[in-house]
Amino acid sequence: MKRLFPILAGLTAIFLAYALYLALVVAPTDAQQGEVYRIIYYHVPSAWTAFLLFFINFIASIQYLVNRKPSTKAAARWVVLVIGVVGVIACFLPQVQAMLPAGMRPSAVATTVLLIPLFYFLIGWLFPEDRLDVLAVTTAEVGVVFCTIVLVTGPIWARPVWGIWWAPGDIRLTSTLVLWLIYVSYLVLRRFSNSAQTQMLAAALAVFGALDVPLVYFSIWFFRTQHPQPVIGGGGSMDPRMLHVLVISWMAFLCFAFLVCWSRFRLELLHREVEEAHAMESLEGGVAAKASLPLNRSPR
Amino acid sequence: MNAVKFLFAAYIATWVIHGVYLGSLVRRFGKLRRELRDVGKK
Repeated sequence: MKRLFPILAGLTAIFLAYALYLALVVAPTDAQQGEVYRIIYYHVPSAWTAFLLFFINFIASIQYLVNRKPSTKAAARWVVLVIGVVGVIACFLPQVQAMLPAGMRPSAVATTVLLIPLFYFLIGWLFPEDRLDVLAVTTAEVGVVFCTIVLVTGPIWARPVWGIWWAPGDIRLTSTLVLWLIYVSYLVLRRFSNSAQTQMLAAALAVFGALDVPLVYFSIWFFRTQHPQPVIGGGGSMDPRMLHVLVISWMAFLCFAFLVCWSRFRLELLHREVEEAHAMESLEGGVAAKASLPLNRSPR
Repeated sequence: MNAVKFLFAAYIATWVIHGVYLGSLVRRFGKLRRELRDVGKK
């Protein structure tokens, strides 16, 4: 494992450099926005990566909560399975399709719904119960980093294109900021609370926080917003060459996010190891102190 | 031409944020390893 990480890091660095080359040199210039549109190759992949990490955090938090009781664990499996099956079937019913906003593809919605059981069972299979909380804090922290990039690159892109840094009251922008604030408060809670209930409270907060992700994503369809339509699964359109570079760029960022998550996961394990060592030390100190009491008294 | 400044600003900002975060990970790793070593010595 120790040898694998530097190899993967090297390959990811090459992949990121290749994605940067494609973004700056190979991708064609946009007819309307000119060169500045190339911010899309960092802004959008960062947003998708942040959403994916928050989604994994949501699944890990749910699993952490339901695994506390065997009965809820079994029930949750069935609920997730039903959500997946019913959700996918519902997306192809004409009545449900009529309710979808113009431009939203039913196949895109079905794929998103299908990800819930897929990730639920995959995470449950890959991570033992005592590692779910570690996964949750890892994905939340790395997700906040990617979300910060979205919130920084967005205004930098908006200034030359819209003429303003930020559109106050715009639902897409505001909901993204709220999402960032929710996960920052999640990390603050985990950092500064020493209660035995901290992990459970954080998991509950993460479940509610994740509800903001669909609001951010679907806000474009349901509300009037300055933000352009999405390039995949929605009403927006994009040159295939640009889309190709965008997907490559996302893949490169996904590899990078995976390595960062791996490091953060190991850091969290090390942190718990240090906490256990401190607890053992104080326990041994306490036992030694108790053991020394009769010795101190014996001369009397 | 002026807009290109914004493009580079966005790219640089992205890597500065990633760099700061990676730096914080390295710092925390070092701190925890030292702490673990100190606890082991005791």
